[in-house]
Amino acid sequence: MAEHIVSRRTYFLIFGALIVLTFATVAVAEIDLGQWNVVVALAIAVTKAMLVILYFMHIKYSKKLTQVVVAAGFLWLLLLLGLTLSDYLTRGWFNLPGTR
Amino acid sequence: MAATETVLRHHFDNLEQQREAGTLGMWIFLMTEVMFFGGLFTAYVIYRSRHAEGFASASAQLDVMLGAINTAVLIGSSLTMALAVHAAQTGKRPAQVRFLLLTIALGLTFLVIKFFEYKAKFDHGLVPGLPFEDAGPQTYEWQMFFSIYFGMTGMHALHMIIGIGILAVLVRQAWRGRFSPEYYTPVELTGLYWHFVDIVWIFLFPLLYLIGAQVGKGGVHG
Repeated sequence: MAEHIVSRRTYFLIFGALIVLTFATVAVAEIDLGQWNVVVALAIAVTKAMLVILYFMHIKYSKKLTQVVVAAGFLWLLLLLGLTLSDYLTRGWFNLPGTR
Repeated sequence: MAATETVLRHHFDNLEQQREAGTLGMWIFLMTEVMFFGGLFTAYVIYRSRHAEGFASASAQLDVMLGAINTAVLIGSSLTMALAVHAAQTGKRPAQVRFLLLTIALGLTFLVIKFFEYKAKFDHGLVPGLPFEDAGPQTYEWQMFFSIYFGMTGMHALHMIIGIGILAVLVRQAWRGRFSPEYYTPVELTGLYWHFVDIVWIFLFPLLYLIGAQVGKGGVHG
């Protein structure tokens, strides 16, 4: 049987890191960083999500096939957001009729 | 303890193959969930990019403290869920039941806090369909924000209610000794679902609750 059993110590460490990052994201939101507030908030959220996926959801220890399915799923999410925004965010670039 | 021949379905060669097929199937389902919530997040991103100030002042109406407490509660429930999977993998039946019940308790705590947050929004008229008297000139932006807020947190809460229902079934099965180190797939897959719901909230919390922190202190930026 090849399945990897993650130790309870690891689970508690990840839990601690997630709580610390939650405090960090609340604290940093109080500081005015201009446009960077969004970037920092998303960076922290992505870090937390990665910790949950890799350790709580065992993807770090999964078969390659499962890892590829997960990566492909998030690639499609990026395509959804990226292609949609490539429309909305560029509408003001040229002063052409029908582009607002 | 369940014997191998009773838990292995005939179309699988062995238990390892069966477990991996189940895990893969669950992840494919979760990726459809990513696309489902992804559509809602895309709607959020578009409206926020067009109405940054209105979204920030609407976000400031939410209770950051309650949102942060609920984030910690959900992360805690993910920990107890992971420990329940660990107990199943190592064949500890009382610990399985205990951690599954703890996960349910934390899930219910989240929903109770969410109920009081919703109630406060109804009391202040900040629900699409109600008059939005506090919004002033930004009524349209606030209505958009709260439509997205109720849509996304509502879908998230629905997923939690479903998760709690599945966990209740698992408690009964774990109590009866259904799971063993050879067969614990239902616990593992329910864990994957529960952690996914946690991840959705990890993104909802900063995007909905924290973008209003600069309101009243000077600059609000997109």
